Amino acid sequence: MKVSLQWLKELVPVKAPVGELAKTLTMGGLEVEEITPVAGEFSGIVVGYVKSVAPHPNADKLRVTEVDAGTGETLQIVCGAPNVAAGQKVACALVGARLPGLEISKAKLRGVESSGMLCSARELGLSEDHAGLLVLDDDAPIGRDVREVLGLDDVYFTVKLTPNRGDCLSMFGIARDLAAMVKVPLELPAAPVVAVSTEASRAVSISEPGACGEYFGRVIRGIDPSAKTPAWMARRLERAGLRVIRPLVDITNYVMIERGQPMHAFDNAKLQGAIGVRLMQPGERVRLLNEQEVEYRPGLLAITDGRGPIALGGVMGGADTMVGDATTEVFFEAAFFHPEAVQGKARDLGLTSDAAYRYERGVDFGATRAALERATELALSICGGSAGPVTVAMGDIPDRKTMRVRTTRVLELLGYPIADGEMADILRRLSCDVAVDTHAMRATPPTWRFDLEIEEDFVEEIARIHGYGHVPAEAPRSRLAMLSLREGERDRFDLRHSLAALGYQEVVNYSFVPPEWEADFAGNSSPVRLANPIASQMSVMRSSLIGGLVQSLRSNLNRGEERVRVFEIGRCFEGIQPDLAVQPERIAGLAFGLRWPEQWGEKGTLVDFFDAKGDLQALAAGRRLEFVPGSHPAFHPGRCALVRASGEALGAIGEMHPRLQQKYELPSPPVMFEVATGPLLQGDFPRFAGLSRMPVVRRDLALVVDDGVAAAALLEAVRGAVPAFVREVEVFDQYRGKGVEPGKKSLALRIVMQDTDRTLTDSEVEGVVASIREQLNEKFQAKPRT
Amino acid sequence: MKELEQIISAAREDFAAAASVADLEQAKSRFLGKSGSLTGLLKGLGKLAADERPQAGATINEGKARVESLLRARLDEILARELESRLAGEAIDVTLPGRGQRPGGLHPIARVQEQVERLFRTMGFSVADGPEIEDDEHNFTALRMFPDHPSRSMQDTFYIEGSDKVLRTQTSPVQIRYMKSHAPPIRIICPGRVYRKDHDATHSPMFHQVEGLWVEEGVSLADLKGTVTQFCRAFFERDDIGLRFRPSYFPFVEPGVEIDMEWSRKDGEVTYLEIAGAGVVHPDVLRNGGIDPEKYSGFAFGMGLDRLAMLKYGVDDLRLFFENDLKFLAQFR
Repeated sequence: MKVSLQWLKELVPVKAPVGELAKTLTMGGLEVEEITPVAGEFSGIVVGYVKSVAPHPNADKLRVTEVDAGTGETLQIVCGAPNVAAGQKVACALVGARLPGLEISKAKLRGVESSGMLCSARELGLSEDHAGLLVLDDDAPIGRDVREVLGLDDVYFTVKLTPNRGDCLSMFGIARDLAAMVKVPLELPAAPVVAVSTEASRAVSISEPGACGEYFGRVIRGIDPSAKTPAWMARRLERAGLRVIRPLVDITNYVMIERGQPMHAFDNAKLQGAIGVRLMQPGERVRLLNEQEVEYRPGLLAITDGRGPIALGGVMGGADTMVGDATTEVFFEAAFFHPEAVQGKARDLGLTSDAAYRYERGVDFGATRAALERATELALSICGGSAGPVTVAMGDIPDRKTMRVRTTRVLELLGYPIADGEMADILRRLSCDVAVDTHAMRATPPTWRFDLEIEEDFVEEIARIHGYGHVPAEAPRSRLAMLSLREGERDRFDLRHSLAALGYQEVVNYSFVPPEWEADFAGNSSPVRLANPIASQMSVMRSSLIGGLVQSLRSNLNRGEERVRVFEIGRCFEGIQPDLAVQPERIAGLAFGLRWPEQWGEKGTLVDFFDAKGDLQALAAGRRLEFVPGSHPAFHPGRCALVRASGEALGAIGEMHPRLQQKYELPSPPVMFEVATGPLLQGDFPRFAGLSRMPVVRRDLALVVDDGVAAAALLEAVRGAVPAFVREVEVFDQYRGKGVEPGKKSLALRIVMQDTDRTLTDSEVEGVVASIREQLNEKFQAKPRT
Repeated sequence: MKELEQIISAAREDFAAAASVADLEQAKSRFLGKSGSLTGLLKGLGKLAADERPQAGATINEGKARVESLLRARLDEILARELESRLAGEAIDVTLPGRGQRPGGLHPIARVQEQVERLFRTMGFSVADGPEIEDDEHNFTALRMFPDHPSRSMQDTFYIEGSDKVLRTQTSPVQIRYMKSHAPPIRIICPGRVYRKDHDATHSPMFHQVEGLWVEEGVSLADLKGTVTQFCRAFFERDDIGLRFRPSYFPFVEPGVEIDMEWSRKDGEVTYLEIAGAGVVHPDVLRNGGIDPEKYSGFAFGMGLDRLAMLKYGVDDLRLFFENDLKFLAQFR
């Protein structure tokens, strides 16, 4: 909403400087986003009368004019504007005038003396229009300062209104609120009832009383089709951001800007029969002012004449009955449509409408008739003609409930006291009807407020007008309660810090990805899709974080990085279940390039599966992870493990599939892992398990097995078959090559034994080693390495 | 005994000439060995008269002790020198870089989120979480953003194909879910990703919010002001932070508040930047969360973590947060 300050000050006679006024409005809830002067800085420019225009002797494009600028002498001024003509009133910069970046002095232009300058709108900072001279109204007084004549000592505020304040979508609305804030009485122009001077009228009726609360219509006959919109009205419309179209349309727009009442002007000669308000019927259609053809939809409200729909109620008039250059009689509509009847309609039809914008938010139903009278008054004075009687149809008018506002409730919600009298005064200043009760007020909102429905709404009004600046910043009081923080649990930041310490940098990728990533990295051909994505490469929800990490890798390689370690933590989306449960949070990491940052004393070895596996195990911080050979769409089938914890699937780890490495043009394969965060976050505090002081015995065992035998299988077999004093069985080396026949590998096992309360005998120790050998020979044909 | 003196003097010279422990061992044997000169002197005692022997024996033994002491002293010297030269040979260039991984780091938004969580924990807030694909009820209706109402168009929404679900436009649905499952007193913050269909220089279709909710008996607008003021001071680590609380509208609060922070632009002009929307929780929203608004009241606030990060770290382009340029991210380690 654009608000001319000059106009506003006519309605609320305040004297405060511009900046302070803007601050008052902002702090009162009507945020002034911008303050814009309507014209540039200039002085010394007056109304001049062009007495004559003659060609310039030395230049085709210049003219020599004689101008009366009220200085007592006729000025000779050279002018380059093509539209200059004798008899015009123009903006004339006298010698000594200042314009932005320019001071006017006497000059010779191609040999001809020029004592001043005739100005364009752009030179005055009024518009970008450079087409020619700014021509003023014929009645502009010669010699008068142009700033005064055009009312240029004005600024407009761009006010950002919240959707609850439909009542402020007009000058009256802003003025009423401002008056309440600054305690200055309003001076709103009355709308006198216009005397009826013709019998011409058109009957109106409402068949949807729940949608249309009231409908006022009036015919005006004998309109002068050549009438022009007066400059003052054009100025106000332009400063409100509206285009000047033709007088009858401008009048309805003016009334809307002034009072917030949307109106419509029908060409009365194009109407037939009575006007009705009803729902559109199947098969019906209407062509709107903007030439849009609207077909029947359920719930659309039509304005009809004897033939059918001619406009959409509360949204837009129709093209077939609009006023035009030849209109000599008009039918004005001023109606109240309920917000619920209009909400969403314009958006559904893909159109913007000032009327719908206001009706959706609520229009004053107590001033509909006054708006019609105001429009009539303006029409008669601008276009002439005679007004017929007002025809009326009534539907259901909104209820204005009286609400009990407890003074204790105000204190409770605001946290600071305001005197009872002050509260009542504020509500009265806002035109609420207030009766003071014991410890409460009974308040009824005015007809233009649609946002005062419950007690809390009034509490806000009291606080808003009293000023939020008065609310103290209290240190909150509460009963202390300790948070339940479990020692063994970790939060997501612990995970982040772990990976960061391991050299990974956190990245944040969009949750919506190209469908291709889902297919490539998650084998997901039916991802969760957005109905209205921004672009096709952001059209599906990710079910894996890997695509984003690969993207981060690629973009950094393009920026010249050679070694990249990144991770991300975020939700994945696997499907839409009614309970929205399947949105698991995961953490994923990617390591690419050298195992270690390039540094002295290190050979440049590339990162491999076991580096990432070690990082993942470090991330798990003691939580036991199981790695099972498996497959995953993103990974090399022979270099991929599924990750589990306590039998529960957690995710996967692997080296990128060579096919994807080629497709995504990566010089070497990254190693990646992706696991659910949940099990990594859970945990218990530790318990002491006793400490044995008996000697520790270690035996190493080197065995040769088939290449295909998994180390984990070997260990599992051993661990399941040894006595309790065997504390640890682990693989500490793997060897292939000289001394081991092809297709086989040698694994070195470490077996650590210690009893809790006695020294183990040699025969016990050797017995364990022998039985392990025997068992592994039996199960895996494991032979001792020779 | 002139001979003894000569031997001692010769030993002193020989020991001094020994450059290594091995040299010294050889020199030692020349004087103290089986056929050493001192040993020879001792052996010669037998040739002396019996009454001269004790005197001569004592003198020779005294001389032997002097030689032994010279030997020890020289040995210590040699060992010390050898150690010194070994150490000198083992010296390294300690200014070479250390070995190992170079640490990574947290994303600046995560950094900010961690600090926000830490600060609110000190005031007894817990952290709550919820789904990002939300239903209409929790994202809109329970928060009084009704279908077709203009308040819905405040947020451009992403819809999920083939369902009535949306990408949450705010973290507020977490508040509803939390209230449904917890009784007051409630003190939570809900950080997380949110989505709106905006994409330009100052808007990202995905960004991060943190919302706070405090519901208890007697919680007021003044408490909101106090809490947010304390937070801003602690977060920006400045006690002179200028905040402005002004009336605004969000369907789920009443009274509603917009919070602006005073900000000195580079050209020196002081402006206000919106940093939070807030207010006293609307009674219908409490009811939708199963809480009696006559007994309890509460306040809620919501801030953009991305905005907080921009202001605190001086980042002037929101898009940098989502480009994942390692050179940018490395500045926040």
